[in-house]
Amino acid sequence: MPRYSTLSSIQADLRAGTTSCVALVDHYLQQIEEHQQLNAYVEVFAAEARAKAKVLDDKYQSDASSVGRLFGAVISIKDVLCYEGHGVTAASKILEGFESLFSATAVERLLAEDAIIIGRTNCDEFAMGSTNESSYYGVTKNAADPSKVPGGSSGGSAVAVQADTCLFSLGTDTGGSVRQPAAFCGVIGLKPSYGRVSRYGLLAYGSSFDQIGVFSHSVEDAALCLEIMAGSDEFDASTSTKEVPAYSQMLQFDKKSKIAYLGTALHHPSLDPEVKAQCQACIEKLKAEGHEVEEIDFDLLDYIIPAYYVLTTAEASSNLSRYDGIRYGHRSQQAENLLETYQKSRTEGFGKEVKRRIMLGTFVLSAGYYDAYYSKAQKVRRLIQQKTFEIFESYDYILMPAAPGTAWDLGTQMDDPVAMYLADIFTVQANMVGIPGISLPLGKHSNGLPIGIQFMTNRFKEAKLLAFSNYFVNKIAPIEE
Amino acid sequence: MKVDKLLISKLEKLARLELSGEEREGLTKDLSSILEMVEKLQELDTEGVDPLVYINEEVNILRSDQMDKQLSQKDALKNAPDQDGTFFRVPKVINLKK
Repeated sequence: MPRYSTLSSIQADLRAGTTSCVALVDHYLQQIEEHQQLNAYVEVFAAEARAKAKVLDDKYQSDASSVGRLFGAVISIKDVLCYEGHGVTAASKILEGFESLFSATAVERLLAEDAIIIGRTNCDEFAMGSTNESSYYGVTKNAADPSKVPGGSSGGSAVAVQADTCLFSLGTDTGGSVRQPAAFCGVIGLKPSYGRVSRYGLLAYGSSFDQIGVFSHSVEDAALCLEIMAGSDEFDASTSTKEVPAYSQMLQFDKKSKIAYLGTALHHPSLDPEVKAQCQACIEKLKAEGHEVEEIDFDLLDYIIPAYYVLTTAEASSNLSRYDGIRYGHRSQQAENLLETYQKSRTEGFGKEVKRRIMLGTFVLSAGYYDAYYSKAQKVRRLIQQKTFEIFESYDYILMPAAPGTAWDLGTQMDDPVAMYLADIFTVQANMVGIPGISLPLGKHSNGLPIGIQFMTNRFKEAKLLAFSNYFVNKIAPIEE
Repeated sequence: MKVDKLLISKLEKLARLELSGEEREGLTKDLSSILEMVEKLQELDTEGVDPLVYINEEVNILRSDQMDKQLSQKDALKNAPDQDGTFFRVPKVINLKK
């Protein structure tokens, strides 16, 4: 079985009769088996995926025009997305054994186009982390080097695509949780604008930041997946009613663009010199192709992370208050009364990082500190948004490294929260502002690990971002497989 | 901002968490260093800036006031840690001895 990097090539082979959905599922199941030690999956739906593949093959045989647009797409979903009749736990003990009563809108839309879901992927507990090490199910390992983290929080999804165990995978991105692991694993990671994809059926972390995104090998697959998932949804009022363009049909790019990069980012002391050099080489190449690439001032960069952690932990402490051991989830057997039931169930059910963030969020929302921390961070968020929008008055895209360096060693960052939080410095801006961002592979570091470069554009301009990305991976930095 | 035992124990109560002695010590240290990082926000002048609360541009997306997507009783109880087929069961709330 060839290593497919686009759905269109799979569909061509399905039409030619050289492969079938059953053969594809068997191939991916075998890949999952071979890469079991990477711990990318929390649960594999083997029998069900095979059965669905058979149904789809039969459906295609009887009427080739009856299959959906994702016919032949074998995908995985992060363990924070509801899929009716299947488990979902946010990689937390508190939801062990929980079964979804409905499917997330994004998942539902992919299923309606005949995608086959092969399993749910590992992640940081409640999507809180940058390494996948806070999962109740243990860490996921990077397929490029199993002694390294895959990034997080959607690390399992990134590795699932990296190790060719599925064609594409859904992740979620609250502060870089799709783009950073994509960079660490050498795959494409797209985070759409806030409100582009419904969050219905997504286990909430920071509701004004969370957005469902996709990991893929190709821009065209990311575009098609987004096109199908996006659009208004009566079950999530924060989803935009803006029309969804046919992204996958709009990938031609022949313009000359104006691209900005933030001097404060590219000259940031935390940036690995080789990653910096690769980004600079890219800038030169873009210039040589006739694009205008300019350094601009953005003096708010170092305020992004502090504001982000105040706001997301506040939202998390509020969102996670629903896990109280009463109607669903873990209930402590040690409790004697109702208050103890809440306290002990939550204490036993949540892991270290989740407790840390709930405590911080509780603090910034508590009487006496609300104005100094929470309200202050919301004001800073507005300043960051205004400044970012100003950039797009003169430029089409912002170029930025996707992460300060390459994937780090397992077990090195969890004990220093500040160091771990600061590593999100280049990805958080898109979530603070609500704009789309994409991480694209940029070859390898001399340490052998993948590097990622990120592009952002103005909100709801995904068509423009995807067309440029497609041009970038074809002309500027071809993806090595 | 000084993070001490008193503050940690107050936050535990508010967050409905019960930490071990070791966890408390760890959190005292972590919260101190995180809040030190967050102090940076005070450098910025935000006088007259409106807090940014909602990221979506549209407001008041209305729908008709009708019930939809109701769960059956069976489904609603499906994930319950303790239930009697009709209700969720919880530990005793009222202590008659008092």
